[in-house]
Amino acid sequence: MMKSCVCLLIALMLPGGLAGAAAPVQPASDPAVGAQSPSVTIRVGSKKFTEGVILGEILRLTLVQAGFDAEHLAELGGTRILWNALRTGEIDAYVDYTGTIGEEILAGEPIAGVDDMRAALAESGVAMSEPLGFNNTYALGMQRKRAADLGIGTISDLARHSDLRLGFSNEFMDRPDGWAGVRQRYRLPHGNVTGLDHDVAYRGLASGAIDVTDLYSTDAEIRYYDLVVLEDDLHFFPSYEAVVLYRPDLAQRAPGAVAAIRQIEGTIPEPGMIAMNARSKIDRQPESAIAAGFVEDLFGVPVEVRTTTWLDRLRHRTIEHLKLVGISLTLAILVSIPLGVLAAKVPAVGHVVLGSAGVIQTIPALALLAFMIPLLGLRDVPAVTALFLYSLLPIIRNTTVGLQQIPLDLRQSADALGLSPWAKLLHVELPMASPAILAGIKTAAVINVGFATLGALIGAGGYGQPILTGIRLDDIGLILEGAVPAAVLALLAVGFFNLVGRAVVPEGLRLKAET
Amino acid sequence: MIELIEIHKAFRAVAAVEGVSLQVDAGHTTVLIGPSGCGKSTLLKLMLGLLRPDRGEVRFDGRPVEPSSSRTLRHQIGYVIQEGGLFPHMTARRNVTLTAAHLGWSRQRIDARLADLVDLTHIPGDALDRYPGQLSGGQRQRISLMRALMLDPRVLLMDEPLGALDPMIRADLQQDLQNVFRTLGKTVVMVTHDMGEASYFAGRIVLMRAGRIVQAGCLRDLLDAPADPFVTQFINAQRSPLDAMGAPS
Repeated sequence: MMKSCVCLLIALMLPGGLAGAAAPVQPASDPAVGAQSPSVTIRVGSKKFTEGVILGEILRLTLVQAGFDAEHLAELGGTRILWNALRTGEIDAYVDYTGTIGEEILAGEPIAGVDDMRAALAESGVAMSEPLGFNNTYALGMQRKRAADLGIGTISDLARHSDLRLGFSNEFMDRPDGWAGVRQRYRLPHGNVTGLDHDVAYRGLASGAIDVTDLYSTDAEIRYYDLVVLEDDLHFFPSYEAVVLYRPDLAQRAPGAVAAIRQIEGTIPEPGMIAMNARSKIDRQPESAIAAGFVEDLFGVPVEVRTTTWLDRLRHRTIEHLKLVGISLTLAILVSIPLGVLAAKVPAVGHVVLGSAGVIQTIPALALLAFMIPLLGLRDVPAVTALFLYSLLPIIRNTTVGLQQIPLDLRQSADALGLSPWAKLLHVELPMASPAILAGIKTAAVINVGFATLGALIGAGGYGQPILTGIRLDDIGLILEGAVPAAVLALLAVGFFNLVGRAVVPEGLRLKAET
Repeated sequence: MIELIEIHKAFRAVAAVEGVSLQVDAGHTTVLIGPSGCGKSTLLKLMLGLLRPDRGEVRFDGRPVEPSSSRTLRHQIGYVIQEGGLFPHMTARRNVTLTAAHLGWSRQRIDARLADLVDLTHIPGDALDRYPGQLSGGQRQRISLMRALMLDPRVLLMDEPLGALDPMIRADLQQDLQNVFRTLGKTVVMVTHDMGEASYFAGRIVLMRAGRIVQAGCLRDLLDAPADPFVTQFINAQRSPLDAMGAPS
């Protein structure tokens, strides 16, 4: 199951017509695998945006097409996560941009040109391919007609029209290499500049509310809204050439894989990438189909796209989600109840235990996941660990409070009977605290089911995968495909623990609750 | 049998017991009485080892009560409190037999002992399988008494065992308790704030005030030779309106 973490929209694909190719989600020992080292599964990662997912899928299909067993961990997150995953060997390759590599990954190091960059990356044990062909940089765009009317073709031309209304994404407004830098370099005089959400900016451009906005030069919207990208004639924006970053040891582990990957160098020009983005974001085609189309065209061989039914996906996601929740919650229960008992019995320990669990709870989920990747890698292990940590506090606290709330006269009665501490705990204290403990477990279960959707960010799958994809593609249907089962699962979990309560909470206490 | 020697006990710097020495004789009933907060319940818990004295010593059969010895000691002491202190999550039967089962008594021995106690305390048999929440106040006190007597302890410590009951049930249970005490010949220490109850049970009444013993003796001594004006004051305050009107009691 761990191997089957493939993005929802990246339907399972079987290159059925190709001899010697393995299915992506089947075990690496599949006898159909051909001449290449059959025991090696090459893992491709991708960032959490459409272009990244399409390129990841192209990489995977290219490898499969060359006879390798490859899988794609889609939508893993941002640059940091992918970079760390590559360095720790969780993934073997992913697509990044030279601008990002220079600004984020090698930040602070003086880089002059691609060769410098390649050398700097090599010091970190990472290899870089030649550019894939397109440059996805920041750019300024206008409606084609409006630009033509005003005779604007370059950013320099904007200076002659100081009355233009400029609307930029908030990120672009904030970045020193964004609006502030552009304004300075081109000496732009405009006073009417507003910060907007990126999607809103496109609509504003279409309706004529603003005249110029920032965009990425391969955005699908360029085609959709028929925009023109203004030429960066003073070369202010850094180059964001797409390149494949891969592990040099791939050459030894899977001979020929690097050569296979490098087949796509220089094959994706800017219009091609814009078109593929548009097919995904505007025409709503699955990334897998788009990538398959590209690979078919490139190699002139058919690539079969297998589509999955809604029910298949639901079953698949449910198993993944249940696994995350089940393991983490079980471990949390096993650890938290003894810790809660300890915290109730030894107040000094209690302060430390409850304090630590409280601090863990305040760590944002994304940050916690990011911390764990260098330690635990990707997928199930860090996801289960994070969920385990988040489930501790409610159970520990409720156990402690449940024990502390046992009336003093009952505790003294137990002492007066001469019960051993263990007998007292087992026969009196834990049964009496059981409703509180169970309530804590229910809280933890609900939190856990909800947080488990974030597991998709690090490739652990589950209901978060369709939610993530749905948010990226602005597809409510997909979001619901994850959100509804997650909500249902949370309710089922509570129902399940209510049943457990009937078995575990002593009848005498339930009578009390009824009267 | 139980000896308190110069006991001091304070809770968060508030003194509850200040320099109390008391000897409880085997086979007799001793009643600790006094206004609320006078330290009588604290004294009982000190005897049982539920509380440790700040200063002074508690002795049981001449041996000091230590945390290490207190568990076996408690098997020789039965303890009954107001409202019974029964575990709400266990049936009456399990409340009564919990410790015996914990100590590894055989089924037969437990059942036989239970049957004896049912006779002794006049508890209806079906009450045993109910939970404390389903029992009346009087039944709860009887079950609590059964639990205290289960291991056939030599000493019975009772903290206001009748305090939460209405007068009719109270009178009933008073009588049954008296019978139990007489039949079994236990050493009994009972805490109450009710003078009538004290005189009903006790050969010896220990009147306390503000953490100290004011006077100890039989009711007659307290009436005829009060050690302090407080003794007369306390007794008079508890005379019922009926007595005051000269009605036959």
